[in-house]
Amino acid sequence: MKLKLATVALGAILAAAPAMADLVVPNLSYRTGPYGANGTQYADGFNDYFTLLNERDGGIGGEKIQTPECETAYNTEKGVECYEATKGSGALVYNPLSTGITYQLIPKVSADKIVLYTPGYGRTSAKNGSVFEWVFNAPANYWDGASVAVKYLLDQSGGDLKGKKVALVYHNSAYGKEPIRTLQDLSKKHGFTLTELPIDPPGQEQKSQWLQIRRDKPDYVLMWGWGVMNQTAIQEAANIRFPMENFIGVWWSGSEVDVLPVGAAAHGYKSLTFNGVGTDYPVYADMKKFVIEPGKASQGGQFVGSALYSRGMYAAVVIAEAIKKAQELAGTPAINATQLRDGFEALGITPARLTEIGLPDFGPEIKMSCDNHGGSGMARIQQWDANAKKWSLITEFTEPDQEVLNPLIAADSEAFAKEFNITPRC
Amino acid sequence: MEFLYASEVLVNGLMAGVMYSLVALGFVLIYKASGVFNYAQGVMALFAAMTLVGIMEGRVPFAHLINAAFGVHVDRFGWTVPAIFGIALTALIMVGLAIAVEKLVLKHLVGQEPIILFMATIGLAWFLEGLGDVMWGADVKVLDVGLPQGISDSIETATNNWLGYGFFIDRLDIWATVIAAALVAALVGFSQYTKQGRAMRAVADDHQAALSVGISLRFIWIMVWSIAGFVALVAGIMWGTKSGVQFSLSLIALKALPVLMLGGFTSIPGAIVGGLIIGMGEKLFEYFIGPMVGGATENWFAYVLALLFLVFRPQGLFGERIIERV
Repeated sequence: MKLKLATVALGAILAAAPAMADLVVPNLSYRTGPYGANGTQYADGFNDYFTLLNERDGGIGGEKIQTPECETAYNTEKGVECYEATKGSGALVYNPLSTGITYQLIPKVSADKIVLYTPGYGRTSAKNGSVFEWVFNAPANYWDGASVAVKYLLDQSGGDLKGKKVALVYHNSAYGKEPIRTLQDLSKKHGFTLTELPIDPPGQEQKSQWLQIRRDKPDYVLMWGWGVMNQTAIQEAANIRFPMENFIGVWWSGSEVDVLPVGAAAHGYKSLTFNGVGTDYPVYADMKKFVIEPGKASQGGQFVGSALYSRGMYAAVVIAEAIKKAQELAGTPAINATQLRDGFEALGITPARLTEIGLPDFGPEIKMSCDNHGGSGMARIQQWDANAKKWSLITEFTEPDQEVLNPLIAADSEAFAKEFNITPRC
Repeated sequence: MEFLYASEVLVNGLMAGVMYSLVALGFVLIYKASGVFNYAQGVMALFAAMTLVGIMEGRVPFAHLINAAFGVHVDRFGWTVPAIFGIALTALIMVGLAIAVEKLVLKHLVGQEPIILFMATIGLAWFLEGLGDVMWGADVKVLDVGLPQGISDSIETATNNWLGYGFFIDRLDIWATVIAAALVAALVGFSQYTKQGRAMRAVADDHQAALSVGISLRFIWIMVWSIAGFVALVAGIMWGTKSGVQFSLSLIALKALPVLMLGGFTSIPGAIVGGLIIGMGEKLFEYFIGPMVGGATENWFAYVLALLFLVFRPQGLFGERIIERV
């Protein structure tokens, strides 16, 4: 009897574990909890792109990709547990979609020599690959976002922000506080007044902050929000009749779930983005044929083309391209995490390559190197059309103000290097 | 002008307090009748709101499971239900939930320590949270029962003509105030002037004595949980209209806790007055002191305020004083 049980248990373990030759990209996702509505769409996009590669191309370089999911509920402790539980399966790269989890994982991945890819979130100064050997955050980080937003405001104000008032409504967490330093420096450079308005998560009650905005009458409001905070803020802005075209969120405040609950009042709201949105890309023909129609899409493909689905898919595209590059460099399809790091550092995603993938103009050009793990930092603005219920891209990709950002990144990463006794490597 | 700004904050604080009171009322009802702190009250508000949206939009419950099990693609029935019928149907479902809770949970825990019942409500909260997601999906749902939102133009114009500064009052908050007032009046009327209401009060005063005069404890529990379910539905509608129906709605219970500590766990008027004091206090503190300490004071200040009251009145403002002699 014991032998039978042991045989069954062994069979179950073997069936559940990824085949040894597979490339393992754990998906630390969150489909439950206060941020589950956001996390679930991102996770679907992430999974579906790898499913497409497996079904259409037989994987990457002949190696199938496994994306075992682990639920973090956007909780830092659970995120670390997920990392510990999955790293032994031969994990190549993590993308936890949480700045809090990222901060905890940075020392861990550095010790375990596993890649941490945090597109558009996490520790901004990780762009400096000289210090953060295992962390990559291309195509853009929070400081890039803050700078691109200010550049857009400059455009809207005829090139001059002197005397203008800008309010920052932010999630009172490590994530929400990230852009403050950059915005303070940019306010000095461009002569605008910055008012910082923190909102405690989850952020269902923001009356005080919006009454202050109503009194202070800022020219523009920027938002670094996530989850219910976004919907509430956009609703409150509509309530006080703040002009939506002057309200700009970061890319994490620019999804359908943020604007749909507000209805027609959200019309004209803007947000940053570093990826395309909608299904008007050639890749979706293959996605339909190989993933959606055969019933292999996550959750039946109900969120295909949404802003967060597209961003999750974009993260998968960048990882897949890095794997491909790593395979080329290593001369073998069965790469390890160190080889993937080399692949990331040699990664170049050109507009031509994006077109080849079936995603023309979907993201900015990415060119990474040993010391640049963050790419160009380019982002663009999208605007919500409440009648058509869709986002429209209203600017081209814009470069951030590197003159302001580079010294900030250097200072922050050098402080980290000093604290953890890291010798810059390139 | 500063005085007018502060007055505007005060009025909005009072209105926000009413929204907190709506959540606190459900806790009070169950605690009053059974001595149980119902941890699941916030999740009940979420479940009720999700069910209401599901019914109104004609969503197929458990669609995801059905699709996965039978390989079909069902999502909607193809009809929509007017808000009033949707609310009535949801209220009936909440009564069904109350019966299920009594039959499957409470009945088996008669005579147990209150902490055991409290633990059972924690389990119920987890169960309902999962059930709601499985039934209706975890996406953010838009709830529109016809309640208006946004600044009240007439109040803004009137205060501008009268005081020289147009006050911001959200029309949804005005409706919340009216609905909360009607709800409290109905609850007080029910408990004072109906046979069932008097029986409920008798059970609240002394279970054993109530049983000895033939009051059915099980019926009272079902009734109280049904009423708490209805209150949860009202709270879910108000908060769901404000920011969409999603998981975060269950966290509004955190806003009700300081209200209960301050107003007392056993008093319906206490839930209202507590809500008003917390709403007003946190907004004024944020306005005057917030900028000096970096802002975002509302969440913690509500608890500090409640604790300050507790120092002087441990049973809360309207709670029953418990004197135990050794």
